[in-house]
Amino acid sequence: MTARDLRTPLAQVEGLGTARAGTLHFWHQRMTAVALVPLSLWFVASALAYVGAEQGAVAAYFADPVNTVLMFLFVLASTYHMSLGVQMIIEDYFHQEGQKIAFLMLNRFVAFAIGAASALALIRMSLAGH
Amino acid sequence: MADAPNSPGPSPRPFGRPLSPHLQIYRWPITMVASIAHRATGIALAAGTLMLSWWLIAAATGPEAYGVFARLAASPVGEVILFGFLWSLAFHLLNGIRHLAWDIGYGFRVPTAKLTAALVFVGSLLLAVGAFIVGFMVKAGFGI
Repeated sequence: MTARDLRTPLAQVEGLGTARAGTLHFWHQRMTAVALVPLSLWFVASALAYVGAEQGAVAAYFADPVNTVLMFLFVLASTYHMSLGVQMIIEDYFHQEGQKIAFLMLNRFVAFAIGAASALALIRMSLAGH
Repeated sequence: MADAPNSPGPSPRPFGRPLSPHLQIYRWPITMVASIAHRATGIALAAGTLMLSWWLIAAATGPEAYGVFARLAASPVGEVILFGFLWSLAFHLLNGIRHLAWDIGYGFRVPTAKLTAALVFVGSLLLAVGAFIVGFMVKAGFGI
């Protein structure tokens, strides 16, 4: 124990507390938040421009490399940001350890599944014209 | 066997300590509503991400799959969901910027926090309604 340990004697003995990954969670949530400000504005503008459009027009829009990359970044940042946020909610409201771990795993699985499916759709649209 | 006077028994207030009242006892200050709404819109947006994924997959699959999505999006239920998604996104975006300002140390004074919370509510509603109107105009054939 260092002299500057601020934990109570009980906390030191129990050895619980943080999992020592909180700062990274905080920082990644902020980084993705900052990235999502312009990306989500771009996404809404894109989606609005194609309200009521035909499938071919939407697919052609996402086949443009700039749009493919921007949409890929939007999907990546939003699914990661989402998984970090939902993780916090699960940690707040589920107190039974097994249940909590199961939901934390499910949270990541769902986020990865949404991200992977969206990325595949983007790749297909990107390669469709080639 | 009687409990010792100060034992942590079934009493809801062990050791006679005062307890902080829980949420429902307070009037809801607007800062608290904004905080709860931030989490609620976050959950709504997580559900919205599924729709976003569906939209992309449908667009990548073909006209038939896209038609199913487009018909549902144009139905009254679809429009309500889309408006909810737009408002959630606008609110989470604006309130997220408010959070980022706090992260670098600005906006903590109570009057400021109340004002920015109100601005976020008004601003997000204006953004969502504006975006919805733009969507209708695009659909009706007005180019932007």
